[in-house]
Amino acid sequence: MSGEVGAKPMKMRVGVDLVRVQEIERSLSCFGDRFLRRLFTEGEVAYATAAPGRTAERLAARFAAKEAVKKALGAAADGAPWRHIEVRRGPGGHPEIMLHGPAQEAASAAGISEFSISLSHDGDYAIAMVAAACRGDER
Amino acid sequence: MKDKIRAILKEHGRLSKDVKDIGDKDDLLAAGLTSHANVNVMLALENEFEIEFPDSMLKRESFESIAAICASIEKVRDGQA
Repeated sequence: MSGEVGAKPMKMRVGVDLVRVQEIERSLSCFGDRFLRRLFTEGEVAYATAAPGRTAERLAARFAAKEAVKKALGAAADGAPWRHIEVRRGPGGHPEIMLHGPAQEAASAAGISEFSISLSHDGDYAIAMVAAACRGDER
Repeated sequence: MKDKIRAILKEHGRLSKDVKDIGDKDDLLAAGLTSHANVNVMLALENEFEIEFPDSMLKRESFESIAAICASIEKVRDGQA
């Protein structure tokens, strides 16, 4: 599969997470700005709050994305601050993952240079799935 | 301290079993604590005990049981975190 003698075979890493939108609403109600500042970057908050009727579902999808990335990265990402896993909108409007700090280090150690991500939300739930090819060590 | 922690778990933990049936060293993940509920529990603990968990303590082991939460709070209070 690798095409090179001695090269490590490529492996797939995947992660998925499901979040209840109502629970995000509850977090916002109970903890307000502290919840936002702890989990989300300024860019993520700006995007989510740009659509007042959809803030909770957008935040729910982004939180699900962060947890999905952590699952894909495995134990090496345990404890990585949520803000260090950022969901951005790419040029075409599709979501992209940008890693910082410990999360970036965990990805580099696993040989991951890029995640593919898909988000969805419908009514009560938001879901995120991520996938990445890696050439690193076992997690 | 443990009584306050149990009250917070009851309110925010959304556990699959009654908090009174969870031992101090029982695995909270096994008791149904999800990643999102863990965030709410953490924020509530910070409110209750007037602390802030540093990034270095955001690991699963810091909140894996009632006893672990106690130790984490004391560690932050003692300035060891």
